[in-house]
Amino acid sequence: MLLLILKRIGLGLITLFIVSLITFVGVEVLPGDACTTYLEREAYGAALDACIKRLGLDIPAYERYLDWASNVVRGDFGYSLSGEMPINEVLGPRVKNSLVLASVSILIGIPLAIVLGIITALWRDKLPDIMISTITIFSMTIPEFISATLLILIVAIWLGWLPGIVIIPSDATFYELLSNIILPVVAISMIMTAHMARMVRSSVIQVMASDYVQMAILKGVPYWKMVFRHVLPNALLPAINVVALTIAWLLGGVVVTEVVFNYPGLGRLVIESISNRDLPVVQALAIILASIYVGINLIADLMTLMLNPRLKSLQIRK
Amino acid sequence: MENNLITEDKQKNKLEKAFEILKTMASKPSGLIGLTIVLFHVVLALTSPYIAPYDYKAISPNTMLLAPSAEHWFGTDSLGRDVFTRTILGGRTALTVTFFGSLIALLWGGLLGIFCGLVGGKIDDVVMRVVDAFLSIPWILAMLLIVSLLGTSTEVLIPALGFFYGKGIVRVARAATHDVIAKDFIVSARARGHSNMSIIWNEIIPNVRDAILVEGAMRWSWMLLGFSSLSFLGFGVSPPTPDWGLMISNARGLMSFAYWSVIAPIVGLSSLIIGINLTADAFAKALGIDRSTKAPV
Repeated sequence: MLLLILKRIGLGLITLFIVSLITFVGVEVLPGDACTTYLEREAYGAALDACIKRLGLDIPAYERYLDWASNVVRGDFGYSLSGEMPINEVLGPRVKNSLVLASVSILIGIPLAIVLGIITALWRDKLPDIMISTITIFSMTIPEFISATLLILIVAIWLGWLPGIVIIPSDATFYELLSNIILPVVAISMIMTAHMARMVRSSVIQVMASDYVQMAILKGVPYWKMVFRHVLPNALLPAINVVALTIAWLLGGVVVTEVVFNYPGLGRLVIESISNRDLPVVQALAIILASIYVGINLIADLMTLMLNPRLKSLQIRK
Repeated sequence: MENNLITEDKQKNKLEKAFEILKTMASKPSGLIGLTIVLFHVVLALTSPYIAPYDYKAISPNTMLLAPSAEHWFGTDSLGRDVFTRTILGGRTALTVTFFGSLIALLWGGLLGIFCGLVGGKIDDVVMRVVDAFLSIPWILAMLLIVSLLGTSTEVLIPALGFFYGKGIVRVARAATHDVIAKDFIVSARARGHSNMSIIWNEIIPNVRDAILVEGAMRWSWMLLGFSSLSFLGFGVSPPTPDWGLMISNARGLMSFAYWSVIAPIVGLSSLIIGINLTADAFAKALGIDRSTKAPV
C-alpha cells in the first residue's frame, strides 16, 4: 500500500520533470529568444550583447536549465521580463484570485453534479432525465466563451441584474472578489457540473444493473435504502477520478472565461504573458498549471485507493 | 478474375457496412439531428462563397450597426459589413482546419498508440510518460505559445492542433490494442512468424479502428472548440477573414445595443459543435462503443 502510494508520487514527479524539460526546450527551440523579443527592432549590436549577458543567454542551455530547475524547485521562478519584477510577486495575487474562483465553483459544482447525476440516473429516460440531460449536453458542448458571452448578454444586459464586466484590481480583497464573481462562477460551474453529472449518471446506471443491487432488490431492501446504502457508495467512487480530470481540464477553459469576464486570475495572466512574450512567466505558468494537474490527479488516485478496500491489495491499472 | 470478384465483393460489403452504420445512426432522433446539422454545415461551407449576398470584407461607414432588415438579414457589424454574409462564410476556415487537424491527430495518435500497446516494455513506459507530461500542460497555453511565436497561418494551426489533440488518442489506441493483443489470432499470427508491421496492419488495425474513429470524431468537436477559442482570444485566423470565434470577440463589446452581430456567429458555432457531438455519439452507439464513462481528456 505504502509502496503503491510512493510509486504514484514518483510517477507524478517524473511527469513534472518531463514537463519542465518540454517547457524549457520548447521555449528554446521556438524562434526568437527572450532578447530579440524583448528589444524588438533594437535587437542588434551592443544592446543585444548586453541583454544576452544580463539574462545569461550566453551560458550553454543545459546549464541554464539546471540553474532554472533548481531555482524552481526552491520556489523561485526568476524575474518577469516586462515588469522587471520577481515572478513570484506577479503570481501571488493571481493564484489567490484563481483559487477563490475555482473553489467557489467547485463547492457549488460538485454537490449539484451529484444530485443531478443521481436524479437523471434514477429517472432514466423519463422527463426529468431528458430535460436535465439536454441541458447538460448543451452546456458541455458549447464553448466557454459562448456561454460566458450569453450569460453577460442575458443576465447583465437584457435583465440588468448584475454588472456585466467588472473591473477587479488583481490585489482585490476576498470580499471584493466574492461580490463580483457570480457570473464567472456560474459560467465555470455550469460546464463542470455538466461533465460530472453525466459521469455520475452513467456510473449510477452501471451500478444499478449490477448483481448485488439486483440481489438487494430481490431481498426486499426498501428502494431509498438500497439507493443510499448499496448504489451510491459504489457509484461515486469511480466518479472521483473524473471529477479530478474535469477540474484539470477546466484549467484551459478558465483561461477563456477569465478573459471574457476580465477576471484577474492565472488564466488572464497566461494571455497577458504570451501577448507580451514574457517567456519566463510562460514557463512558470506551464510548470504551475502542470503541477496542479498532476497534483489533482494524484490526490484523486490516492483517494480512490483509500476508499476502495479492494484496490488496497491490488496493483491498480495505469 | 476470381481475385477481382473477391475484392469487388469486399468493397461492396464495406459500402454496405458504412450505409448500415449510417442507417443505425439516423434511426435515433439525436443521431438524425446531428447528421442533419453536420451535413447542413458542410454543404453551407462548400456553397457559401457562391450564395453570399455581399462582399465579406466590404467596409462601409453608411451601414454601421444596422438592425436586421430585409436588406441585411442579420444586420451589420461595427464596420458596416453584412453579418449574414460573414456568418455563412464563418465556418469555412474552422471546418477545414479542424477536419485536417483531426486527420493528423488520428494518424499519429492512433499509430503511436497501437505501436506502444503492441511493443510494451520500456519504450511504452517512456512514451506514455512523455504523453502524460504533454497532457498535463493545458492545451491552451501550449497552443497560444506556438501560435504567438510561429504565426497564425493554417500551415501552423493544422499540425499544431493535430499534434495537441492526438496525444489523447494515443491512450485510447493503446488501451484498445491491449484489449486485442491477448486474443488468439494475434498469438497465431506471431506463431506464423508475421512481422510487427504486418500484425499491426492486418490484425490490430481492423480491430481497433472503430474505437479510434469514434475518438477522432469526438476530438473533432473539441478541436473546433479549441480553434474557435483561439480565434476568440485573437490568436486564430487573422481579420478580415470571417470566423465565428473572431466575430463573437469583435461584436462582444457592442452587444448591449447590437446583439444581432454576436447572436448570429454564436448560433453558427454552437450548432456545428452540437451537431458534431451528437453525430459522434450516434457513431459510437452504432459501432457499439460505450463512451459514457470516459473522462474529457
